[in-house]
Amino acid sequence: MIGKETTAGRTVKFAFLGLWLLFTVFPLYWITVTSLKAPGDIFAFPIAYWPEHFSLENYSELFGTADFGTYLTNSLVVATVAGAVATAISMLSAYVLARFEFRTKSALLMAALVTQMIPAFIALGPLYLLMTDLRLVDNRLGLILVYIAVCIPFCTVMLRGFFENIPDALEEAAMIDGLSRFGALFRVLLPVMRPGIVAAFIFNFVNCWNELFLSVTLMNSDTNKTIPTALNGFISSFNIDWGSMSAAAVLTILPTMLLFAFASRHIVQGLTSGAVKG
Amino acid sequence: MTAASTTAKTRARSGRPSRKGGAPPAHGARRRREFTTRRGLLIAAFMAPAAVFVAVFTYYPVIAGSQMAFRNWKLTDLTDTSWVGLKNFRDVFTDPAWGTVLANTAVWVVGSIVPQLVIGFALALWLRRRFRFRGVYQALVFFPWAISGFLIGILFRWLFNSEFGVVNDLLQKAGLIDEPIAWLADPHKAMVAVLIANIWYGVTFFTIMILAALQSIPDELYEAAALDGAGKARTLFQITIPYIRTTLALTVLLRIIWIFNFPDLIFGMTGGGPNNETHIVTTWMIKITQQGDYGRASALGLLVVAGLLLFATFFLLATREKREVRP
Repeated sequence: MIGKETTAGRTVKFAFLGLWLLFTVFPLYWITVTSLKAPGDIFAFPIAYWPEHFSLENYSELFGTADFGTYLTNSLVVATVAGAVATAISMLSAYVLARFEFRTKSALLMAALVTQMIPAFIALGPLYLLMTDLRLVDNRLGLILVYIAVCIPFCTVMLRGFFENIPDALEEAAMIDGLSRFGALFRVLLPVMRPGIVAAFIFNFVNCWNELFLSVTLMNSDTNKTIPTALNGFISSFNIDWGSMSAAAVLTILPTMLLFAFASRHIVQGLTSGAVKG
Repeated sequence: MTAASTTAKTRARSGRPSRKGGAPPAHGARRRREFTTRRGLLIAAFMAPAAVFVAVFTYYPVIAGSQMAFRNWKLTDLTDTSWVGLKNFRDVFTDPAWGTVLANTAVWVVGSIVPQLVIGFALALWLRRRFRFRGVYQALVFFPWAISGFLIGILFRWLFNSEFGVVNDLLQKAGLIDEPIAWLADPHKAMVAVLIANIWYGVTFFTIMILAALQSIPDELYEAAALDGAGKARTLFQITIPYIRTTLALTVLLRIIWIFNFPDLIFGMTGGGPNNETHIVTTWMIKITQQGDYGRASALGLLVVAGLLLFATFFLLATREKREVRP
């Protein structure tokens, strides 16, 4: 037990927790309310905290004139494929890094860590030239390949933590029972790791879904844009159309929020397992 | 954090056969050597896809980009990309806005990390004890994490809108201000606004990390402290904080690096304005890139990497001693 709690202490605690919750949720509430107002009401005084006339006009505008459906599809395809492939590849590297000792191991882990320190912008120019040579500029496959590389380092570290939480004895037993190492990996380890794998995939998916700068650099034509690139286009002009912008923001946030809520426990576990071991 | 722990572990277990099989097995048994080779092949095969992807699409562009720092590399004129030595670095330092950008970066990092750490720590302490709906509460305060920094910038840009923004409206309703404030047009207030947005975003990370660390502290320590008659403050400073010092130090280090490298939010919210007053080093780099001066942008990028590596080394050295006395 962690000391006694006084009534005054409890009051302060729950007051603070409540305030923080309000502060956290309010921006999301506000963008949702804005998106559901009739376009004219967004810029009306006094500011309404609840839409006077509920309207889906901002949303229909988004899919009508702004072609948001295309961006949504692009983002969905790119994030799903890149997230899944990166998870599969990272599973292999994470397994090796968790189960074997070898000379280059610490160097490889260091190389993964350093990728997190490099500002993305130093690589954009050469990456653009490389993708031009590969004829993969303005091409969804090109963006997918780049995103896979972006996801791998962190995903590997995260999955390695999950592998390390599974005792060696489990696969040793399976191998004594006659399974090969591959058999042990796929039939015994992976089923146990499923929540961790799902969490890693969701983490990758959300990162790709949200990525802006690489996508802006590599995707030029309107039919290939992902959502963040399209949103960036919305603010390039001086006047932001807050009606369409708020609707687009809600549609962008909603899927990732649901995915995170679904897997939050395992994502937290993946993030903290390394830190707590120190 | 993970790399550090692994290095130690690798050292401790050194002497086991490696992939290249440098030292032949002591007994020279054929079977053993065969086993080592197969093991090496397995390691190589499993590592290969990840290594190839990261080498081609991350390390190659970074290294190619690094040499641009020493060239005259402008998108506006690609006919002359000759070597110019350290000219690009000089240009970075002699830019009249450089002082402002550096000062803003310091404000951005310190002004984000301190409130994030304090609030994150407080939330973690309060969430340690179970209460009804604690799980729901955690899931709800967790959600800013699912949003991109760029979109958070846009959300707060709307909240802080000078005419139709809800922040001004709430402050006026509360009687705290008489006139709407032009948040994002005023140099100092714009920095306050982007900091509030970043605090909103970053507190959760600290809460998660600290909460996990708190749960690793054995209850006996607290029981002993209670028997000794230690008060709340003493328990916090003499048991809780010393015990989780490692996690605290590493979390702070990672966050400082990450916040430094986080132009997305500012990019979406103010674009560095007004009058460069919210530009930090990494948004400045975006601006130079957009102007097409890849040479100078790369020079700035190299300075960032070098600065962060130096900082990480000092930070780890400075906190190392404390970490060794960890209970």
